[in-house]
Amino acid sequence: MSADTRRGGSRMRLRGLVRKEFLQIVRDPSSIAIAFLMPIFLLLLFGYGVSLDSEHIPLALVVEQPNADTASFTAAFKQSRYFNPVAYADTREAEQALMAGRVNAIVVLRQDFSRQLRQADGAPIQLIVNGVDANTARIISGYVEGAWEKWLEHAALQRGQKLDVPVQMEQREWFNSELRSRNFLVPGLVAIIMTLIGALLTAMVMSREWERGTMEALLVTPLSMSEVILGKLIPYFILGMGGLVLAVSMALFLFEVPLRGSLWVLFATSALFLVTALGMGLLISTVARSQFVAGLVALIATFLPAFLLSGFIFDIGSMPGVVQAITHLIAARYYVAILQTVFLAGNVWSVILPNVLGLAVLASVFLGLTWRNARKRLE
Amino acid sequence: MLGRIFALVVKEFLTLLKDKRSRLVLIVPPLIQLMVFGYAATFDLKNVPFAVYNEDRGFASRELLAAFDGSPSFTRVAQVTHESEIAPLIDAKQVLMVVHVGPNFSADLLSGRPVALQVIVDGRNSNTAMLAINDVSVMVDRFNREWAASHDGNLPPSHVETRAWFNPNLESRWFFLPGIVGILTLLVTMLVTALSVAREREQGTFDQLLVTPLRPVEILIGKTLPGFLIGLAEASVITLAAVFWFKVPLLGSLLTLYTGIVLFLLSGVGVGLMISSFAVTQQQGLLGAFIFMVPSIILSGFATPIRNMPVLVQDITLLNPMRYFLLVLRGVFLEGLPFHLLIQHFWPMALIGAVALSVAGWLFRHRMY
Repeated sequence: MSADTRRGGSRMRLRGLVRKEFLQIVRDPSSIAIAFLMPIFLLLLFGYGVSLDSEHIPLALVVEQPNADTASFTAAFKQSRYFNPVAYADTREAEQALMAGRVNAIVVLRQDFSRQLRQADGAPIQLIVNGVDANTARIISGYVEGAWEKWLEHAALQRGQKLDVPVQMEQREWFNSELRSRNFLVPGLVAIIMTLIGALLTAMVMSREWERGTMEALLVTPLSMSEVILGKLIPYFILGMGGLVLAVSMALFLFEVPLRGSLWVLFATSALFLVTALGMGLLISTVARSQFVAGLVALIATFLPAFLLSGFIFDIGSMPGVVQAITHLIAARYYVAILQTVFLAGNVWSVILPNVLGLAVLASVFLGLTWRNARKRLE
Repeated sequence: MLGRIFALVVKEFLTLLKDKRSRLVLIVPPLIQLMVFGYAATFDLKNVPFAVYNEDRGFASRELLAAFDGSPSFTRVAQVTHESEIAPLIDAKQVLMVVHVGPNFSADLLSGRPVALQVIVDGRNSNTAMLAINDVSVMVDRFNREWAASHDGNLPPSHVETRAWFNPNLESRWFFLPGIVGILTLLVTMLVTALSVAREREQGTFDQLLVTPLRPVEILIGKTLPGFLIGLAEASVITLAAVFWFKVPLLGSLLTLYTGIVLFLLSGVGVGLMISSFAVTQQQGLLGAFIFMVPSIILSGFATPIRNMPVLVQDITLLNPMRYFLLVLRGVFLEGLPFHLLIQHFWPMALIGAVALSVAGWLFRHRMY
């Protein structure tokens, strides 16, 4: 019977603490703003703003001697949605435009283009790209070669011939056949935004109590350390799940990312991720002695690692081994893999389970360290 | 007046550096992050796992596949013998791509019939998928040219000669490292400034500061200088590391580079102080720092080009000092742009800095409880 009352008492104590945290949240509106306004604001801004699909690339066309051959070639660019071609009279002018950043690439057809076209070694088409943004430069040269091949095919057809290409590449992209970058960027953004929210919600919580001395007051109550941690976790978990539901609905309905896995997998794994992110925030606020240091650590340890090391944009497999090992410490890494799979591929357990395990390990490490550190400080 | 400001600056440095933890937080993480991010941020594929499904027994397919094995972008990790094995490999992310050669590949090729090379890619990360397809198509083009040359086929009547200016090997690390210089500089200025006023307000010492003989302008200078100096020092260290460790070419002049750094620091410190003096608690200060820092990095053109954004978002980026700083950094590092071509990016940073600093100074006096 005594065990029973203890359990009942524990539930009551926990309820009291959760209520106190909720009151604190309601009276300082910044937590509510973090949980609900931040996902809307950030997802709107980034969902529309972040895209790797290059269109309307400004391109300089220099045709030194216009004729029928060159006209059919330049027409290919004018129809393309990838380019905004601008005609320049000579190469020097176009090069100046490239230097000033007005165009990203120059296509030059030399004076004797038509003559060389009918000779054995063929006519060169010169392409100069601004290589500073190497990715865009590669995309441009891919597009130009595509336009060039189409032009060749068309020209061969008009002569009644077939173009002789030994091996044709046939590509099929699974899960995202149009290679719409938004489809993988939006799930990644949800992961980054939830990392921020989770850490921001709790990063200052424990340090504030230590700094103000109210932690000592909490500790002389019958509450145990695990109850204190749970009491801090539950309200922010509920807030965070609210924000998460918002973010996922925006991804599905506003940005029309297909959801091929099931909703319950999405929410179960998200809940686990949220516990991990909140746990990291709690750990930061316990280890840092002051809100000041906790704030600094939160600034350093959350956003940039989640942005650069999660596989959100940069392929983890292409990083050097040491850096790949470090990415295993980033909770967002597991969540990005889960989200991209659940959204675009379906319930692929061979991807989901290892990543769930990774999240679970991180969550228990964060919460365990919080518990140990908080206890040690008491002595 | 100088003496008073000096005293305030000393006090600011003391609060930042006297606590071992906050000293550690200011110096160590940015340097670690430089190393980690410097290697992480690249769009160049390396050792991407792929599988081969070869139904052909001829030498031609072997010759073509040898090109894949020789490429640094790809590593062959699996051999597929039946079509049903493809899906599990890709689904589980064990391979990014499966290359499928049909049964009559070599025979058809020899008899001059067109043949197809099928490439199946995991499109979950569409950018990586596109990069892989680009790399494969370069290899196929090269194979075609060599094949046509050695089997007296028809070469196409023209060819594209591509030259990349400023970055001849198209190393994407050259593009990202100057960006990382910018990001970490922003991070450091935010660390130093975002909580500096908010903390004093929460602890009540800011009111004490206001009743000292210090004028608001002097407080402003005293609060600006530490962030500015620490930011300047860290930006210099990061620049040195980019040049000497990561071997990014620095073609432009140091004067131009430092003009950009100084103006960016002014705007960063200004916005940080503005946020900090607007906040009543440290939690609000931290929130403000995030709300400023996250969009200013994601919408700076660091990873995804500004040109791809909708016009409205492009207009919003005009308020982002980071946008200008990245253009300056890349221009000075890789293109060697002269001073006068960068003035168009200098003045907006100066303007943002001036406005933000004045608002911060005004808020010192007018936001009191």
